[in-house]
Amino acid sequence: MVATSSNRPSIEVRSLNKTYGDKVAVANLTLTVEQGEVFGFLGPNGAGKTTAVKMLLGLIKPTAGDGTVLSAPLRDCHTRTRIGFLPEHFRFHEWLTAEEFLTLHAELYRMPRLTRQKRVPELLELVGLADHTSKKLKQFSKGMLQRIGLAQALLNEPDLVILDEPTSGLDPVGRRLVRDIIRNLRSQGTTVFLNSHLLSEVEITCDRVAFIKRGEVLRISPLNELMEGEISVSIHGQGFSPALAAGLTHWSKNIRIDDDLLTLNVVSRSVLPEINRFLVEQGVDVFAIRPEQISLEDLFIEIVGTDGGL
Amino acid sequence: MSALIIARLTFREAARRWILWVALILGIVFLVIYALGFYEIQKDMQSSSSSTIVYSEIYNFIFMAGLYAINFMTIMMAVLTSVDTLSGEIASGTIHTIVSKPLARWEIVIGKWLGFAGMLLLYMLLMSGGVILIVYGISGYTAPNILPGLALVGLNALLLLSVSLLGGASLSTLANGVLVFGLYGIAFIGGWIEQFGSFLNNQAAINIGIISSLIMPSEALWRRAAFDMQSPLVSAMGFSPFSSNSVPSPYMIVYAILFIGGVILLAIWQFNRRDL
Repeated sequence: MVATSSNRPSIEVRSLNKTYGDKVAVANLTLTVEQGEVFGFLGPNGAGKTTAVKMLLGLIKPTAGDGTVLSAPLRDCHTRTRIGFLPEHFRFHEWLTAEEFLTLHAELYRMPRLTRQKRVPELLELVGLADHTSKKLKQFSKGMLQRIGLAQALLNEPDLVILDEPTSGLDPVGRRLVRDIIRNLRSQGTTVFLNSHLLSEVEITCDRVAFIKRGEVLRISPLNELMEGEISVSIHGQGFSPALAAGLTHWSKNIRIDDDLLTLNVVSRSVLPEINRFLVEQGVDVFAIRPEQISLEDLFIEIVGTDGGL
Repeated sequence: MSALIIARLTFREAARRWILWVALILGIVFLVIYALGFYEIQKDMQSSSSSTIVYSEIYNFIFMAGLYAINFMTIMMAVLTSVDTLSGEIASGTIHTIVSKPLARWEIVIGKWLGFAGMLLLYMLLMSGGVILIVYGISGYTAPNILPGLALVGLNALLLLSVSLLGGASLSTLANGVLVFGLYGIAFIGGWIEQFGSFLNNQAAINIGIISSLIMPSEALWRRAAFDMQSPLVSAMGFSPFSSNSVPSPYMIVYAILFIGGVILLAIWQFNRRDL
């Protein structure tokens, strides 16, 4: 990876838009991804994540808007020597052996022969496929294909790596491997742009996340800011009523009552005593109040809603 | 250059497809049958006494028949191997990790074209070389103007290849196949209509034929090749399935070359603007 002199953002898009006839795939996408950060793109199926990523890579032409990737226009050919990409539904020429496959992609990256000869075995080693160097891709399992797909993205020591669902086909060992690779990339200053459904992975690896639904970005925020200040509270008690829920909207938007369990999200622990007093005044018998750090999954559903998926 | 990397990949991939090997085996079987048949005919001819002029007419006829088969087989190969090269890779998504590399879309199209062109020309040379050697070996006869004739057969294959790439850049594999074979059919029927028209002196029929060769020059290329290689007496005698009565002008060759160029440019343009 080449150290860049300026600290220009790796990705910068303004009002990026893609419509197919009536259908809006991506609407007014504006975001900036700084050099060296791990940026997560979260959203339900059909939200426009893959379309957005393909616009960054010049696979799809935007209907409107523009942007830069590594300080060059979106469709710039030469910049792609410094970008690594693993698509979600990756397919490769399966009649090639692992080594031939990586060599082909190294040639396409315009890497000189000596560099290719060095990097190909290095990457096979990195993704744990060194023992399968001469095996045809046809004989690879999905997990192995995903790993070699990741390898081809990293061949030329890219400044920006774009991964569309990189862990979807992997077992926990494979996922740990990908996580470690992303962490290493980050420590080398490589920018990583990640589309993922696996919120647990995003929680561990990303610096900032964007939530996208039906082509629109709902929220962009550093992960730690997002997670702090959202607490899920379960209250065990008796005498809950729907009217009670109405009264609680003052402190929370997400209120659920199941018999003797009341769950709601609050911004901070400091409101818990107030809630407790309110419940008691309403005649509720409170047995337990249990606050929990909200998970990204709950946050996701809260922000994106449950109706957005396809 | 990246186009050459793609060309090499395409060549290697085409070389391992079963269609190629079937075509090769069928080609060899054809050559064997052709040789045996010709040998028997030759034996028969030796026993009866005829003038050498009649002999060379017959040899030419048999040679042209063989070459017509080669023309057909090469065209089939051109289409069947290349019909899914773009459309299939787009449909499966294999194209995504290629197009996202630092190479231009035109390099992918040209690379594929070069890879297939190399394979097709090799196949054609092998097969036609076989026919030429068999005819020469058994009878000592060689047709006139073999090199220009072969060049036109080769051009024909490249024409079908180019149309197949254009179709593949724009359509699904199935639609592409239908398009290419459809165009070939139009040219084929049109060619025959033109032949009949010229034999019966019917200008309307001749015009239909000309229009169809403008839409798809494949028959016209073969007719020109056949004209170049047929013996002088054949044209006087009328026509046979393998030679020409109504001869395409040399301008047709220029047109075909420009046509191929135009089709390739169109394929590049289509692939360039396509969302993948």
